[in-house]
Amino acid sequence: MSTWDVLLWGVLPYVMVAVLVVGTIWRYRYDKFGWTTRSSELYESRLLRIGSPLFHFGLLVVIIGHVIGLLIPQSWTSAAGLSPTAYHVQALALGGIAGFCTLVGIGILIYRRRTTGPVFSATTRNDKSMYVVLVAALVAGLATTLLGVVGGESGNYRESVSPWFRSLFVLQPDIASMAGAGLAFHIHTLIGMVLFAIWPFTRLVHAFTAPLGYLFRPYVVYRSRTAGPATRPPRRGWEKVTGR
Amino acid sequence: MRVMAQMGMVMNLDKCIGCHTCSVTCKQAWTNRSGVEYVWFNNVETRPGQGYPRRYQDQERWRGGWVRNRRGRLQLKAGGRFRKLITIFANPVLPNIRDYYEPWTYDYETLTDAPLGDDFPVARPKSLISGEPLAVEWSANWDDDLGGAPEHGPHDPIVERIRAESEEKVKFDYERAFMFFLPRICEHCLNPSCVASCPSGAMYKRAEDGIVLVDQDRCRGWRMCVTGCPYKKVYFNHRTGKAEKCTFCYPRVEVGLPTVCSETCVGRLRYLGLFLYDADRVTAAASVADERDLYAAQLDLLLDPHDPEVIAAARRDGIAEDWLEHARRSPVYRLAKEYRVALPLHPEFRTMPMVWYIPPLSPVVDRLVETGHDGESAPNLFGAIEALRIPVEYLAELFTAGDPAPVTDVLRKLAAMRSFMRDVTLGREIDESIPTAVGMDAGQILEMYRLLALAKYDERYVIPTAYEGEARNLEEVGCSLDVEGGPGMGGTGPFGEASGRPVPVSVETFHALRVRQTTEGLADPESPGARINLLNWDGKGRPPGLFPPPREAPVEPGDVTARGSDPERSAGAPTLEDRR
Repeated sequence: MSTWDVLLWGVLPYVMVAVLVVGTIWRYRYDKFGWTTRSSELYESRLLRIGSPLFHFGLLVVIIGHVIGLLIPQSWTSAAGLSPTAYHVQALALGGIAGFCTLVGIGILIYRRRTTGPVFSATTRNDKSMYVVLVAALVAGLATTLLGVVGGESGNYRESVSPWFRSLFVLQPDIASMAGAGLAFHIHTLIGMVLFAIWPFTRLVHAFTAPLGYLFRPYVVYRSRTAGPATRPPRRGWEKVTGR
Repeated sequence: MRVMAQMGMVMNLDKCIGCHTCSVTCKQAWTNRSGVEYVWFNNVETRPGQGYPRRYQDQERWRGGWVRNRRGRLQLKAGGRFRKLITIFANPVLPNIRDYYEPWTYDYETLTDAPLGDDFPVARPKSLISGEPLAVEWSANWDDDLGGAPEHGPHDPIVERIRAESEEKVKFDYERAFMFFLPRICEHCLNPSCVASCPSGAMYKRAEDGIVLVDQDRCRGWRMCVTGCPYKKVYFNHRTGKAEKCTFCYPRVEVGLPTVCSETCVGRLRYLGLFLYDADRVTAAASVADERDLYAAQLDLLLDPHDPEVIAAARRDGIAEDWLEHARRSPVYRLAKEYRVALPLHPEFRTMPMVWYIPPLSPVVDRLVETGHDGESAPNLFGAIEALRIPVEYLAELFTAGDPAPVTDVLRKLAAMRSFMRDVTLGREIDESIPTAVGMDAGQILEMYRLLALAKYDERYVIPTAYEGEARNLEEVGCSLDVEGGPGMGGTGPFGEASGRPVPVSVETFHALRVRQTTEGLADPESPGARINLLNWDGKGRPPGLFPPPREAPVEPGDVTARGSDPERSAGAPTLEDRR
């Protein structure tokens, strides 16, 4: 267990979480107006209608797969009568298909972004760097899945990565277990951590406000004038002058 | 009964000359920013015509508004909540920007930079979206004044519907064409389908005055409101990624001023005032079985502000005394409910729109006069309304879900007023049978005439101000769009256009004024348009920046007059002096 291992698998995850949480709170307080999907559907919808659902639904399945693979211990699935091999096969099939769909989806979206003039000119530098990290995480993730098939990498992440992941939550990171996982897993995990660290500062924040509440609220929303942000209760004294 | 107040508008279409002043002033006030170049909160469209965006009335395509399902309940035409969330990643019925029009500017620089020559330089149109040269093929008013009507007119969804019923009734032959203008703003509906479509709950109807607004801080750009609104009056700002819509100029209305479109209307055809309505019955009224009953159901929602029972209920529901007073003087209530001459636009969308229209009698009058008849005689007019089926059917498709009876009633009332008032003006004997024929009396006709023809500013706009007790809050009316680095404010925040926290307007103004009054240097020395404060100049010397910096250009040898900065000369092109 080298110093690097401690730094990467013992310290970095917590730094990442801190950046993610603090960054998100800060962004929400500082920049509610910038908190949007920045949709470009108004410019172009033909490619978007294929690429966007493919990417987003693929990603949802990928996330569910990660949650299952990382949170549910191998002993539980074995106890339920699912052999590690059988688990591996179904995870591979489902994860492989979902990951492939996601990758194809984002491929279409990036192609569209580059070739449709208005969409390209609405792309910020922030977007571009985010795309690099996102695609890298996807490719690395799919690579680990495929390497699992070929069998070149030593194995079963549910015996190395998953215990480490769960140990993070009880603040006793199992660094040795993670250090023993293959290089592909290391790379994918690192890129993933970078992705979560930049998350609050990119357009990805829209995922945090997925409108699930829509299913449960009344159709027509009434709001009183006084409750709105436009007329917040006046504070005492002069308005604080922000540095400009 | 739960009484709520609603700001409403009535437009008298007979007076609309299609000058677009309302649109232009509205645009200057609200949408002269990048990201909403294509957006007109107020637009005036020529009917028959396709409207803006193109064919927006065709709900089989755009799927806006509500439908009544088999169980007799209302549901959004574009699909329920679950369907909305499933299609959130790519809304299948979102209009493309070309359905509105691709905004453009002109390459004005070539006009000033073109070298001297025999040809006039031309400024070519360039897209404001992509920056590429653009062939201008459509805009918000492409078919204005029936321009290109033989080609575009048949695509008017209403014309299509009427034609399907009886062939070839609406002709676009020049000599048989009829035409009127339809100014449109957001309808601020009682049953707004845009609000119901918003997944994040950012759109809301204000409880006090019924104005429908978008909370810019909560909008996440899911774009469902654009689909939900059957009038296509919610727009997507493609730079900020947020929805924007007509605000009924709420900062003005709150202090008792009319909306910009009303204030600047040249024909003075707009009326503003309060409706009181029964909020408990809105859903039931919007879900009546027969589309043609929707107009009556909507009228039925409006409560009589003179009725003591209504007044008592309104007081109980917290409506202030001065609002009740304004409701009793409301011109829109009188036009819509008492005289019944104002009709809602497309009640069949089941949104209970609150911008009402007095349909135009002018197509009928014009036809009479053209054919040599007396266009002010009551029998002639009544007969013509019956005979001229096309305008009536067209208007019925617009205002009463295709039921010609209410439209005919309104036109007969307007015709009766016209004819009756001629007798009054010419000092003839008054014919009491004319008002009786349309179910009114002479007094009512005179009152209606006063309201439609003479009403002054304070009779047309009866707007209750915010309460005295709340007046303090109005000192700093925050516009949700006035954000530092926000839309129209220039500059970008760290997360792209318009991110960041709003600064109170007074603070901003205070600093800007202080800088302008005290600075000795240039306002912005980097900018070529930099300015110097001449008030601080004592008239001596040349402070830096008083004159623009000399342009540096290679001086050709032998050019002793040092006109090297003249690009014409340095390029060796002949100048006027050379020709001499």
